[in-house]
Amino acid sequence: MLGKLSWDAIPFGQPIPMAASLFIVLGVLVVLVLVTWKGWWPYLWREWLTSVDHKRIGVMYVLLALVLLLRGFIDAIMMRTQLAVAAGGAQGYLPPEHYDQIFSAHGTIMIFFMAMPFMVGLMNFVVPLQLGVRDVAFPVLNAISFWLTASGALLVNISLVVGEFARTGWLAYPPLSELQFSPGVGVDYYLWALQISGIGTLLAGINMVTTILKLRAPGMTYMRMPVFCWTALTSSMLIVAAFPILTATFGMLLLDRYVGMHFFTNDGGGNFMMYINLIWAWGHPEVYILVLPAFGIFSEVIATFAGKALFGYRSMVLATLAICVLSFMVWLHHFFTMGAGADVNAVFGIMSMIIAIPTGVKLFNWLFTLYRGRLRFEVPLLWAIGFMVTFVVGGLTGVLMAVPPADFVLHNSLFLVAHFHNVIIGAVVFGAMAGYYYWFPKAFGFTLDKRLGAVSFWCWLIGFYLAFTPLYVLGLLGMTRRMQHYAEPSWQPYLIVAEVGALIILGGIVATIAQLVVSIRTRERRRDLTGDPWNARTLEWSTASPPPAYNFAVLPQVESLDAFWAMKQRGLRAPAEEYESIEMPRNSPNGFVTAFFAVVTGFAMIWHIWWMAILGLTCAVLTLLAFGWMERVEDQVSGEQLAEAERARLRPMDAA
Amino acid sequence: MSAHAATAQLAGAPPTTAENTAGSGGGPAPVRIVVAYGFWIFLLSDIIMFSALFATYAVLSGQTAGGPSGRELFQLRHVGVETLCLLFSSYTCGLGFLAIERRRMGGFYVSFALTFVLGATFLGLEISEFAGMIARGAGPSRSAFLSAFFSLVGLHGIHVSAGLLWLTFMTLQAAAKGPRDFVRRRLLCFSLFWHALDIIWVALMSLVYLIGAR
Amino acid sequence: MKERSPAQAGSSDQLPGMGESDPLGSFASYTLGLVFALLLTGASFLVSQTHLLWAPGVPAGLAVLAIAQMGVHLVFFLHISTGADNTNNVLALAFGLLIVTLVVSGSLWIMANLNANMMPLSTILEMQR
Repeated sequence: MLGKLSWDAIPFGQPIPMAASLFIVLGVLVVLVLVTWKGWWPYLWREWLTSVDHKRIGVMYVLLALVLLLRGFIDAIMMRTQLAVAAGGAQGYLPPEHYDQIFSAHGTIMIFFMAMPFMVGLMNFVVPLQLGVRDVAFPVLNAISFWLTASGALLVNISLVVGEFARTGWLAYPPLSELQFSPGVGVDYYLWALQISGIGTLLAGINMVTTILKLRAPGMTYMRMPVFCWTALTSSMLIVAAFPILTATFGMLLLDRYVGMHFFTNDGGGNFMMYINLIWAWGHPEVYILVLPAFGIFSEVIATFAGKALFGYRSMVLATLAICVLSFMVWLHHFFTMGAGADVNAVFGIMSMIIAIPTGVKLFNWLFTLYRGRLRFEVPLLWAIGFMVTFVVGGLTGVLMAVPPADFVLHNSLFLVAHFHNVIIGAVVFGAMAGYYYWFPKAFGFTLDKRLGAVSFWCWLIGFYLAFTPLYVLGLLGMTRRMQHYAEPSWQPYLIVAEVGALIILGGIVATIAQLVVSIRTRERRRDLTGDPWNARTLEWSTASPPPAYNFAVLPQVESLDAFWAMKQRGLRAPAEEYESIEMPRNSPNGFVTAFFAVVTGFAMIWHIWWMAILGLTCAVLTLLAFGWMERVEDQVSGEQLAEAERARLRPMDAA
Repeated sequence: MSAHAATAQLAGAPPTTAENTAGSGGGPAPVRIVVAYGFWIFLLSDIIMFSALFATYAVLSGQTAGGPSGRELFQLRHVGVETLCLLFSSYTCGLGFLAIERRRMGGFYVSFALTFVLGATFLGLEISEFAGMIARGAGPSRSAFLSAFFSLVGLHGIHVSAGLLWLTFMTLQAAAKGPRDFVRRRLLCFSLFWHALDIIWVALMSLVYLIGAR
Repeated sequence: MKERSPAQAGSSDQLPGMGESDPLGSFASYTLGLVFALLLTGASFLVSQTHLLWAPGVPAGLAVLAIAQMGVHLVFFLHISTGADNTNNVLALAFGLLIVTLVVSGSLWIMANLNANMMPLSTILEMQR
């Protein structure tokens, strides 16, 4: 009746998972009880859960990312602590079966449910505003995308309470991930969570590409688009091109596990290297999907806080496009050591070195933007400068490992681990934090506390170097990744330093949480009344903070790059006498309901509850058909309402 | 596809010019263009997914693990009929779309009914082929070659099935709501989808069946 | 206040899948496409089954015929052309084709090299027993 599901699935006998499960379950219950008791459900349902507004959806993505950052980071602290103590003969406090799940969950969560949603969320919020339009191309699809991503995140967290997670690393290489060697539900949780959220991500990519190519304000040609929109475009193009490969590859592994096929098994003619080949054909573009929007955020931030137009717009655009195309030509560098031979390694090694060039072009453009600028050391600029230093170091170690002979020594050592954390934290996390601080006032109408922002930055920066520099050394000394304990006692001091670094980063995260709490409490003091708290250059700052649902009462007429800056130079107009009414899409429960059935289907497939899986899938399809049958209703926003809103928006600026 | 693009129905959009392009800065494109382009991008992503499976098939096509190979299993007469069914269904789909664009509902119903019948015939033939192979012990779990074959051709078949479901839904919706804008937009997307499936079949026919049967 | 856009010099975006608005033109396009596709299909079957051609060249020939037929579908059924109004559609297609080429040929090259260099799996498993 319930497939493989039984009471054994709950980790009663294991203290640490049990404690974690209780923590999560209690946390969820507390939130649900609080919301019910305060009567917030109607508001939440109406304003957030069924919203098709790109701004709301963007906020929800970022919120998801921040929550999962906590979960992923706790995994990290647990690993650091284990390694700090498990030297010589000591076994530490985490048995190998748990340690393996923790590093697998850490990577999976951080990439798929922290970094991706953060970037997608920021793109969702900002791009339509920067393009001067009212929403993305397909608002309902946008909501579906978010809720499918959240479904995947939910499934991964359910695995903590019911069952187990994969022990196969964040990419689940076969043959270890095949049924023969991983008969439990862990790998199935991994695969179904990522297949579901992968669909969401693919749809989001399609949405964003269509929006940027087909929906822009009048007068905004391609070469007048903000750089963040260019990076959002290329990142979304990569999503559209790469995620189908992930879907196909995971699909094949699922077929192996569920139907007994032989794609990647040891017997029957299977070839596990094909999995590794395909998964990295996705995996390398994936890291560029993450880093390109971060580059875009820094372009905006640096230009704004240097008070200058971005240096070298054209070369920025070309470099971004070059990175986009080149990112599909380097994937073998993730498995140099796996026997493809010198010819293949040489080609991919050279391509990997070439891709550093356009990145360097971008870096010099940022430096030249700062040069002779009137710098304002607001928090986002701190993150930007930290990024430039940190990312260069990480990029250099990457180019080092692009040399196949060097990689033969360093592959799968802690040197590699240090490298990819260096670039991901240095670019993606720092970029996310910068973007979060920079666009927070636009989303919520008040700025974040500056001092705690600086504290967070310095904790992250110092903590990062303390946590990962020892790992570079350890990698050169021969320590490999994913070790639960180690025999060599001379490695322990380094790992203790790394633990201290991780704790300092924890301080940074705590500072960010505190910043949010404090800022909300004291928000009246930091209200953004003009909509332009940073004296910025792009169109999102021409709206109120927060913008009305329709973003712009009248679509702006764009005549140059940095359209808002140009508008400010010309002198902002007074509100018009009359406005034409507009239509905005009404909210839809489509996304939430579809995602609910997706979770049911995924859970049922994981536990082999076939009737539930069929039911869940049928209901999901019926949901799609039902909403497809109904005609879309739109809400009218009348001209008078628009006029009133515009007057309200401009009143504080007249008073100023 | 429950795609929606209210953004184009803006007072801000240029009221007179119907077919402005966003590329040369004419403002947001009309809904029809936005929806069709978005679907086109989706189709390209679908083709990339197929190509990952194609690549896997190409790599594993020799791995028969001592079991039967394509030469023993593929019946080209069968494949020929399937190909004709799908090709003609693509043609009738195109005619049906032309019909509804010209508001000739009778022609639309006939063409789409033919499309359905031809598509269903294709599917039936494919299912019988699969059943026959499984009955002979040449199922997908026999070898890596067969896993790749069943998955690649099967995925195409699943797309065809989804297409038939969509076709039925769209025909009912067209009958119920008439040839309205959003109905014809979706039919445009459907016809893109159906033609793309035929394109993929061309690759399957040539690279899987015709080469494999030698 | 009415929105004005800069006057456009008649350029419009062609929808993927939409042909000319002339009904006879579109009907002719579909019918011609069908005929070409039928011819190419027939040719493919002939090429694969005949003994008149040099055997190692047949897969290449089939690939060429397949690409030609896919082109026929794109042009005559999907109305993809090289006109200025089709640029976005063509660029998207070109990007997609680039990715497909990279993934398929890259995978084949890599896997061929791996298979050539590495010990067969069956031998490895034998050694483990």
